[in-house]
Amino acid sequence: MTAVGRWPVRRGRTVELLLILGAVAIVTLAWCNVTEAIHGTLPADLWIGVAAILVLTVGCHLVLRWRVAYADPLILPIITLLNGLGIVMIYRLDLAHDRSFAHGLALRQIIWTAISVVIAVAVLLLVRDHRVLRRYTFLSAAVGVLLLLLPLVPVIGRSVNGSRIWVGLGPFTLQPGEIAKVVLTIFFASYLVRTRDALTVAGKRVLGLTLPRARDLGPILAAWAVAVGILVLQSDLGTSLLFFGLFVAMLYVATERVSWIVIGMTLFGAAAYAAYVLIPHVRERVELWLHPFAYTRDPHMSDQVAKGLMGMASGGMFGTGLGLGRPDLTYFSESDYIFPSFAEEIGLVGVFALLVLYAVLTERGLRTALGVRDGFGKLLATGLAFIIALQVFVIVGGVTRVIPLTGLTTPFLSYGGSSLLANWSLAALLLRISDQARRPVPAVPPAPAGRDVTEEMSIR
Amino acid sequence: MNTPIRRLSVLVACLMAALLVSTTLIQFVQAKSLNARPDNRRTLLSTYGRERGQILVGGKPVARSVPTADEFKWQRTYADPKTYSHITGYYSFIYGAGGGLESADNELLSGSSDLLFYQRIADMVTGKTPRGASLVLTIDDAAQQAAEKALGTQRGAVVALDPRTGAILALVSHPEYDPNALASHGKGVTAAMNALLADPGRPLIDRAIGGDRYPPGSTFKLVTAAAALSSGRWNPSSVLPGPAVLTLPQSSVGLPNDGHRACASGNKISFVDALRVSCNTAFGWLGMQVGADALRAQAAKFGVGDELAVPMRVTPSYVPSQLDEAQLAQSAIGQYEVQMTPLQVAMISAAIANGGVVMKPYLVGSAIADSELNVVAKAHPTQLSQAITPEVATTLTSMMEKVVTSGTGTAAAIPGVAVAGKTGTAEHGNGANPDAWFTGFAPADGPRVAVAVVVEDGGNAGSEAVGGAVAGPIAKAVMEAVLSS
Repeated sequence: MTAVGRWPVRRGRTVELLLILGAVAIVTLAWCNVTEAIHGTLPADLWIGVAAILVLTVGCHLVLRWRVAYADPLILPIITLLNGLGIVMIYRLDLAHDRSFAHGLALRQIIWTAISVVIAVAVLLLVRDHRVLRRYTFLSAAVGVLLLLLPLVPVIGRSVNGSRIWVGLGPFTLQPGEIAKVVLTIFFASYLVRTRDALTVAGKRVLGLTLPRARDLGPILAAWAVAVGILVLQSDLGTSLLFFGLFVAMLYVATERVSWIVIGMTLFGAAAYAAYVLIPHVRERVELWLHPFAYTRDPHMSDQVAKGLMGMASGGMFGTGLGLGRPDLTYFSESDYIFPSFAEEIGLVGVFALLVLYAVLTERGLRTALGVRDGFGKLLATGLAFIIALQVFVIVGGVTRVIPLTGLTTPFLSYGGSSLLANWSLAALLLRISDQARRPVPAVPPAPAGRDVTEEMSIR
Repeated sequence: MNTPIRRLSVLVACLMAALLVSTTLIQFVQAKSLNARPDNRRTLLSTYGRERGQILVGGKPVARSVPTADEFKWQRTYADPKTYSHITGYYSFIYGAGGGLESADNELLSGSSDLLFYQRIADMVTGKTPRGASLVLTIDDAAQQAAEKALGTQRGAVVALDPRTGAILALVSHPEYDPNALASHGKGVTAAMNALLADPGRPLIDRAIGGDRYPPGSTFKLVTAAAALSSGRWNPSSVLPGPAVLTLPQSSVGLPNDGHRACASGNKISFVDALRVSCNTAFGWLGMQVGADALRAQAAKFGVGDELAVPMRVTPSYVPSQLDEAQLAQSAIGQYEVQMTPLQVAMISAAIANGGVVMKPYLVGSAIADSELNVVAKAHPTQLSQAITPEVATTLTSMMEKVVTSGTGTAAAIPGVAVAGKTGTAEHGNGANPDAWFTGFAPADGPRVAVAVVVEDGGNAGSEAVGGAVAGPIAKAVMEAVLSS
């Protein structure tokens, strides 16, 4: 065995800072574009907003430099750009609806960004090693399910647009499902890493598939039951699809068995068909997916899909230009429908860039999962990265008619405090794990002669 | 666990690729058709933001856009809404551009036509707000008003053409509607549209060029006569059989004259008199002699079956292709399944007036780009076909003059002017009163106007209707209006 020289590992913090500055520059340019197009001036709101974004993200960068030095250098710049562009679009829609900056949604979104960044920094500082989260397996399960059930509690639960997924306390409303997705990812990861050996035990072989033993079907059936429960009790297709998809993906990664995917798909297919037959709300969504223009004159059916499509079409290849389209003609153009708002104003070219940003963000997350050395970290990073991609697919796919439309926020872009909070915390966890993944292994003291060192693992 | 993570990243790539494909489909492949949807508010808003071109008759706008303070910036208003309703159509925020020129020439009016490409470039360079092009119509306001007034509350249509060019001088369809009610930016537009759609008189249909068409009745005898004269086997003084009822092969009913009377004593009648008194049995017999192919070929030469746009789409008129002898005899007098638009009937008269040459009908004389009054498009009179020889046209003209001087069409006679014409009383369906027709042209010795008039269900005269008495005076009023202007 020869001694291998050690190259200095690149931390990438300076690259990260430059990319953050670049992202803020793009956001500033976009914001100038909007105010210039609508007002012909550059009002003070703009500089307040840009300064807030700059202070928050550079502050976050400094914390990384100080405490999480080896974190992935692309994650923070990408979410800076997405979050910033989201604020610009929300500001632009405030103008279209004659809402002043002080009373508009953009300011609220900036405040929520600040709260989210503070909480993300707290997560980074408190969770020094992601493996401590394994201790809270069943606590996180309990918290996750509690959060999901919260909207059903009579006094605080609120129903918005047919879905009971909100809780309200005075003027504040929260979508606890968004936060539950992070908590439950932690639970899935720690649970699966414990039970994966049992779940991998082979049962019968049917049609070339090695099926699991019947007694190991418990967890997937439980996850399925929760997903169906959300669908029936809260009429929320999107969240239910998100949780179940996440669970099946993580189960597959934990066990490396394709049969879990087949079982998961079968269960999902059965539930989806039953929902289609039994729940009118679901049937309506499917009908609007297949024939978005058939009901534009019908006051009882939504023409949201049709409006979104026409908005996207009017953007065409290069878009109308920021501030020059009419994204405000579509309902929820700042939350569920923020993607068509962008499509209209920055065109096909622009939304390709947005989708690539999400792809790169997910890819950095999965790369972290590959790099980290412990099973829990691998599963957690996979889950956190996959949930971003899955959420983007469910909402953007719904808007662009790949699948029936189900309401979800677009991560980092959409208006909504709970969503920002959850996604920034998710990003903080990913950053923490990536720090572990990229941190060089401490130099091993030379092994005493005669002992064979086969593997080194740093365990703290 | 690394292998499934790698596979999962492939799945993520596939999901993202699906989104790239779906956005490309919407924003690139389907973008044009989505933008062209009539219920697309964005397209409407962007066209509303631009000043739409005017529609001009005799130098005065019958449709124009006036600035407003609301979000649409321009309000479309119609100066003489009912008289011109089927010519202008409507431009509604809710229903889009519909009916008439608003729809048919939308690209010119809205300014998005390729013809205005250089104009747009010029406007961009000089910093002018782009506008739509204005349309200068061929309509003669006096003739249009006369037709509107003469048709009154009766359902039907009037078309007047300049036989020399094909220019449309009057185009009226009754019942009319008020396009201002549909162009309003306020409430009540939907209610107005629903009322029009529910109206049994179907006012939105332009009966002059479209709708269900009409059986042309005896006006079709002009086609039969043209085919017969063109064959060379008959001349105006040829003697034809004119019994009370023509026996038809494979039919027990036979083809009767009105009132089951013989056309002349002795059951014999000359060709010229057969047209003058509109003898069904003589023309039924003539049709069978000429043959289905020759009859249909003659109709086609007059334009039957052609796809025309004036620029509104004209429903092609129709002569059936499979005819047995009995059906042929029926068709020769414009019954059975023969269907025509009033415009087509007017084109037949116009061709006879124009030495046999059918001119392509058109409604828009020129399109001008408003800012500099540049003409961006100009109509050129176009010959569609030579339907009959000039000799046959002259013969037929003199026969048609007899109709007005001493036949069924005396109601259309204009003192001091030689008028050529043909009446029609068309049976349609059981129980309904017959439609009254008149078509003709004037002056016979130098034609300046050709008309076709149809009054549904005999109009005010009801079952007593004889084409000449009901439709003749309307044709007279329109021809007088053109000749005196």
